[in-house]
Amino acid sequence: METLNLHLAYNSLPLASLEVGQHFYWSVGNLKIHGQVLLTSWFVIALLVIASLAATRKIQRVPSGMQNFMEYALEFLRDLAKNQLGEKEYRPWVPFIGTLFLFIFVSNWSGALIPWKLIELPEGELAAPTNDINTTVALALLTSLAYFYAGFSKKGLGYFANYVQPIPILLPIKILEDFTKPLSLSFRLFGNILADELVVAVLVLLIPLFVPLPLMLLGLFTSAIQALVFATLAAAYIHEAMETEGEEH
Amino acid sequence: MDPLISAASVVAAALAVGLAAIGPGIGQGNAAGQAVEGIARQPEAEGKIRGTLLLTLAFMESLTIYGLVISLVLLFANPFS
Repeated sequence: METLNLHLAYNSLPLASLEVGQHFYWSVGNLKIHGQVLLTSWFVIALLVIASLAATRKIQRVPSGMQNFMEYALEFLRDLAKNQLGEKEYRPWVPFIGTLFLFIFVSNWSGALIPWKLIELPEGELAAPTNDINTTVALALLTSLAYFYAGFSKKGLGYFANYVQPIPILLPIKILEDFTKPLSLSFRLFGNILADELVVAVLVLLIPLFVPLPLMLLGLFTSAIQALVFATLAAAYIHEAMETEGEEH
Repeated sequence: MDPLISAASVVAAALAVGLAAIGPGIGQGNAAGQAVEGIARQPEAEGKIRGTLLLTLAFMESLTIYGLVISLVLLFANPFS
């Protein structure tokens, strides 16, 4: 992914700057790590863990406060999985799909809502973890692994029969699909979040006050939808892998 | 960077995002029109139609975003420079 390290630094006002592709590198052994992404994604993970702990610490029969909110979130995620995977098979996949949704959602919103730019880094800047292509590719590859696992655990080697169903002529397309699925998943998320942050940054460069607000709101909306799309598509791919031929659903 | 390459890259970036906007634009217009028709015919199904519409609009929008990613790569991470 070295080619996608975008390079641009533009600075006309002290208030607003636009930086793409400058990373805060940490080196571990021979590996170069994008430090700003690691920092923000661990922040997101910590936020989620703390919220879950706070919600489950004192469980009551009649939920209130945090527990109530998290139960609502869980119900939403369960419905999402149930809609895609069907009543019979959705339950084991709720944790995976729920984690994908929550991580992407909280990362996207943290990029928009938390004033990361106030924290100075020696190089690069803190932003949503999902505006780095490495994060989204990792999530998409996890999804690929998940649907292969789903297919193999359900049908064993019979999973390969999927590739020649309904007619063998589609075989190249079906093989190609395995590559385009993670590609489109990762590019969709990465492009949307990066485009969103770039549009806001460019507008802040031009007019720093008030005018970018509606676009920021639109950004919040689209990033929430992108999290939903990612989770829905992951569930749909898993369902497709588990589907037995001739079964109506 | 070679001026010819940078000029070609800028033109290509503009074309990439501009052309990528045409198809999804038509598609989104169609989808939204059909959704409005559906709501007019069956106002009680509005919530369900809205949810599906938003999801499909996001799918169509991602096609433009692919063009945008290409143009961003051409502008900021040009592999030929």
